[in-house]
Amino acid sequence: MNDTKLNLILLAIALVAPTIFYPVFLAKILCFALFACAFNLLLGYAGLLSFGHAAFLGTGGYVTGYLMINTGLSPELAIILGMIAGGMLGAIFGKLAVKREGIYFAMVTLALAQLVFFFYLQAPFTNGEDGMQGVPRGAVFGLVDLTNNFAMYYFVLAIFILGYWLINRTVHSPFGQVLKAIRENEDRAISLGYEVNRYKWVAFIISAALASLAGSTKALVFNLASLTDVHWHMSGEVILMTLVGGVGTMLGPILGAGLVVTMQNYLSGGELGNYIHIIMGIVFVVCVLSFRSGIVGQFLKFKRNNF
Amino acid sequence: MTHAKQDYILETEQLTKSFKGFTAVSSVNLNIKRGHIHALIGPNGAGKTTVFNLLTKFLRPTSGTIRFNGEDITRLEPAAIARKGVIRSFQISAVFPHLTVLENVRIALQRKEGTSFHFWKHESVLNTLNQKAQELLKSVGLERFADTITVDLSYGRKRALEIATTLALEPELMLLDEPTQGMGHEDVGLVTDLIQQVSENRTILMVEHNLHVVSQLADRITVLQRGAILTEGDYATVSSDPEVREAYLGTSDENQDQHSSVEVAS
Repeated sequence: MNDTKLNLILLAIALVAPTIFYPVFLAKILCFALFACAFNLLLGYAGLLSFGHAAFLGTGGYVTGYLMINTGLSPELAIILGMIAGGMLGAIFGKLAVKREGIYFAMVTLALAQLVFFFYLQAPFTNGEDGMQGVPRGAVFGLVDLTNNFAMYYFVLAIFILGYWLINRTVHSPFGQVLKAIRENEDRAISLGYEVNRYKWVAFIISAALASLAGSTKALVFNLASLTDVHWHMSGEVILMTLVGGVGTMLGPILGAGLVVTMQNYLSGGELGNYIHIIMGIVFVVCVLSFRSGIVGQFLKFKRNNF
Repeated sequence: MTHAKQDYILETEQLTKSFKGFTAVSSVNLNIKRGHIHALIGPNGAGKTTVFNLLTKFLRPTSGTIRFNGEDITRLEPAAIARKGVIRSFQISAVFPHLTVLENVRIALQRKEGTSFHFWKHESVLNTLNQKAQELLKSVGLERFADTITVDLSYGRKRALEIATTLALEPELMLLDEPTQGMGHEDVGLVTDLIQQVSENRTILMVEHNLHVVSQLADRITVLQRGAILTEGDYATVSSDPEVREAYLGTSDENQDQHSSVEVAS
C-alpha cells in the first residue's frame, strides 16, 4: 500500500517536472534510469555482474537510428525493433556468459562488449567516431509529433513506466522468486532441481532487451546514436549509478541515474569540467565506503531499524 | 545377486575421483538398500563429502558408474539428478537466507508447478502453495516462524527448514551431509528425531561425525578411510572392528568402553 502511494507521488512529480526543468534533460535521466533498472535486474536480483551492458544500450540506439534515417518506420516500431535486436544480442551474450561465474562472468561480458564496440567502430553505417547524426524523432503512431520536446518527454516517460513495470513484475513473479533463490544459494537451487543457467539466461535476455529499449529511446531524444553508448565507460557508469543508488532496490538505480546524469550535466558545463571524472570518482568512493548498500538501500535499512 | 539388485536404490561400481594425482575416492562400491538409513562415516579427509558430491554430480567421477533404481546416472547434470528424486543437503545449512521461511519451502514446491519461467505473472499465483508449505513447516515444528526472514533463525531451526524444503520435493532418496554438524546438544536431539521421523517410506544416506547419532539412526554403516571402504555393517559390527578404532583413534589398544572412546574422537 505504502509503495503504491510512493509510486503515485513520484508519478505526479514526473508529470509536472518538465514545467520546471528542461524536458530533454529529464528525458535523458529517464533513459539512463531505465538502463540502470535493467542492469539492476541482473546484478540486484540474479547476482550477475555484467560488464558489457553498453553493448545493448548502443545496439538499441544504432538499430533505431538506422531505421529512423533509412526507412519510413514510425518511432514506436523503430524502438521495438531496436529492443528486439538488443534482446537477440543479449541471448548470444547470455548463452556464453552464464556458464561462468563471478569475475569470469564479468570478463566474458566485457570481452563480448568490446567485440561489439569494434564492430560499430568499423561498420560503415555507424559513421564511426562521428556517430549516426540527424536521427529524426518522427511522430508516434503518425499522430504525435515528437519534435516538440514536451511530447518527446511524455513519450519517454510512458516507455520508462512500461519498462519499470515489467522489471517490477519480473522481480515479483514466480520467475523472480527462483532468481532470488539462485542469488541467495545457487548450489541449493541446483540441488532442488532448478537448471539455474536457463533462469540466468532468461534474466539476461530481459535485462539486455530493456537496456536496448533505453538506448533506442535515447537515440530519438538526442537525434544521435554514437560510440559513447557502446564504450566500456558506459558499462562502468551503469554499475556506478546502480551502486550509488542502491543495488537490489527498485528505486535505487533511478536515483543513482538521476544523480550521475545531473552531476555530469552541471559539472561539464562549469569551470569544474576538467575535474568531472575526479569528482565522480570521489563521490563513488565515499558512497561505497560510507553506505555500501547505496542511498536507497541505506534508507530502507534505517527505516527497518527505527520504525 | 540378480534378485537382490531391485532392493538397492543406489549402487556405485568402482567409483573413483582423482584430483591431479591425488586420489580422493578410490574404487568405492556402495550399495544402498531401499528404506534404509545408511550412514557414511570415517575420519577427516576420508573422502565422505567427495563421495556425496560425486553421487549428486556436483563433481564428475574420474571413473566408475552410479546407478539409481538400476538406471545409469553417471553422466547426468546435478539438476537432473534432483528431478529424478535424489535430493541432497549440504554441510553448511543450505537455506535461502534473505527469503522468508515460508518462501524457502515454496521455492521447492514451485518447481513442479511449471510456472517457474513466468516472469509476467504476479507472485501471488504462488499463494496456492502456501497451505502445503505451512503443513511442511508444521512437520518440522517451524509453523510459528513462517514469516521470519530465514537469516534470523537459529542454526538448528535452519537445518530443520532445510529438511522441510527437501521433503517438499518428496524425494525417494535423501542425502544428508553432516546434518548435526556444529550443533548444540539440544539441537542434535531435535534433528535426530526429525530424521527418524522423515525416514519412513524413504531411503536416507547420511554423512555423520557424531557416532551417537549414527548408532541411533543407521541401519547400515559404511566406513571410509583414505578414499576407500574400510568396512561395512551394522553399528555393533563396525564399532567393534579394530581397524575402525585404529582409524579413529590412531591406535588399536584395548578399551572396554568402545562407544564413548569413539565418540570422543568424533
